[in-house]
Amino acid sequence: MKKIADFRLIEKKEWDRSTFLLLQCDEPLEEIKAGQFVQVRVDDAQHTYLRRPISIHDVDYQNRTITLLVQRVGEGTNKISDTKIGDTLNIIYSLGNGFTLPEDKNKNVILVGGGIGIAPLYYLGKMLKEKGVTPHFLLGGRSKNDLIMLEEFKSVAEVFITTNDGSLGEEGFVTQHSIWKEKQFDMIYTCGPKPMMMAVTKIARENNIDCEVSLENLMACGLGACLCCVENTIEGNVCVCKEGPVMNINKLLW
Amino acid sequence: MVNETIHLKGLTLKNPVMTASGTFGYGEEYADFIDLSQIGGILVKGTTLNHREGNPYPRMAETPSGMLNAVGLQNKGIDYFIETIYPRIKDIDTNIIVNVSGSTIEDYCAVAEKVNALENIPAIELNVSCPNVKQGGMAFGVTTSGIEQVVSAVRKVYDKHLIVKLSPNVTSIADLALGAEASGADSVSLINTLLGMAVDAEKRRPKLSTITGGLSGACVKPIALRMVWQVAKAVKIPVIGLGGISSATDAIEFLLAGASAIEIGTANFIDPAITVKVAKGIVEYCERHGFKNVSDLIGAMEV
Repeated sequence: MKKIADFRLIEKKEWDRSTFLLLQCDEPLEEIKAGQFVQVRVDDAQHTYLRRPISIHDVDYQNRTITLLVQRVGEGTNKISDTKIGDTLNIIYSLGNGFTLPEDKNKNVILVGGGIGIAPLYYLGKMLKEKGVTPHFLLGGRSKNDLIMLEEFKSVAEVFITTNDGSLGEEGFVTQHSIWKEKQFDMIYTCGPKPMMMAVTKIARENNIDCEVSLENLMACGLGACLCCVENTIEGNVCVCKEGPVMNINKLLW
Repeated sequence: MVNETIHLKGLTLKNPVMTASGTFGYGEEYADFIDLSQIGGILVKGTTLNHREGNPYPRMAETPSGMLNAVGLQNKGIDYFIETIYPRIKDIDTNIIVNVSGSTIEDYCAVAEKVNALENIPAIELNVSCPNVKQGGMAFGVTTSGIEQVVSAVRKVYDKHLIVKLSPNVTSIADLALGAEASGADSVSLINTLLGMAVDAEKRRPKLSTITGGLSGACVKPIALRMVWQVAKAVKIPVIGLGGISSATDAIEFLLAGASAIEIGTANFIDPAITVKVAKGIVEYCERHGFKNVSDLIGAMEV
């Protein structure tokens, strides 16, 4: 069930361009699937009218918390990132479909994230591990400063890294990492900039690997009502907020 | 106890708050957030005779206190609505009203005729003012003769409450409202979106795939309010006001300016529970000011 609730900021970490927000709700949380997102209301902003869709990075039902990783891209995300400890954010959750977890726990899965797209993969990795699947993370950034929360990712699964400038891990793009030659995968989950996801999709198609991508089209309502965030698929225009953000590459036209 | 009931020529609303077409899906999208039976009516997504894919992405651009959209009437057509959606929503205890769109008079009539046969749809809103469709409704909606042609044709095949939704992208919206009234409309709703545009300076490209689109949200409210006032003075049929309504106070302003009921649109995106809050706020206002009936507010602005 979708809900509107106020979440109080109880912990915060900041990097150059991104912010970790640990948010607590007074009420017990509704069920949240890996890959789902929230719509955060932006208050007192001059140029921001609509809510901002943000991926859910982690969930703790016991403590009634969700974690968001927010990248500063404009006024809306700046306002959200500037929230102070003790202040509340008004949040609609949980939206979208979420990733499909494999039935067979012996599947060899890789979670490929770029930039802030790593956010939903963390919770996905945890859910996979809980199911008995051993995930691998392949995370990419422009430089080592882009790769945040690495210790946390490492506590869930083995982490492989690429940076464009070679400041951490292998130099280059995620699709150039040696892991692709060393290991065979049955399933790829990916979230990040569209060019990266297109390149990952290409690897999946060439090697006949099942693959799900998480899209981030411009969105207004987040509920499947306004039909603004559509992706043109083999089934025509479908709402990324409702029938996505996760889509199997078989459905995509790219 | 404040009496919230509003009577619009044969159409009874339990309160004056309805939802604007295209912002509320088929109502189901909001069922987790509100009790749909607590609002006066739901205007479902614009429905055409045949399936429409709508315009290419990007279809939306945020603007100060508003947004532009260029959805282009994406919908699966009236037959899909009747077979698949209508059975799911027909028993919601409120007025389910179909927004009817088309490119030709024959299309409008064909859809209206099909909706006329649906027992639990007490009204249609004729969309003669969508700015986002080539040879679309707007061609009819910008001239009095165009409105008269399409409204009188639909009137012949549709015998329930007929709302005509007016475009603000005209010289005199009151003249168009008079045309709709003379051709048999039971009420008019206004305003549809204002034609606007947004440019991405960094990319030197338009932000919308269609270059221009329809502006909505809080920023359009003063224009909408002015037009509702002008139209309410001109016509005898009820006026349904919409355009940027985001609070009970906004809604009351429209009622005072002459609207008999209101629709909430873009504000649903920011607060999916806004409709019931507005309905409640109108009652509180009436209590505070000693009005026994919400309908007493209609046109009660003292000039």
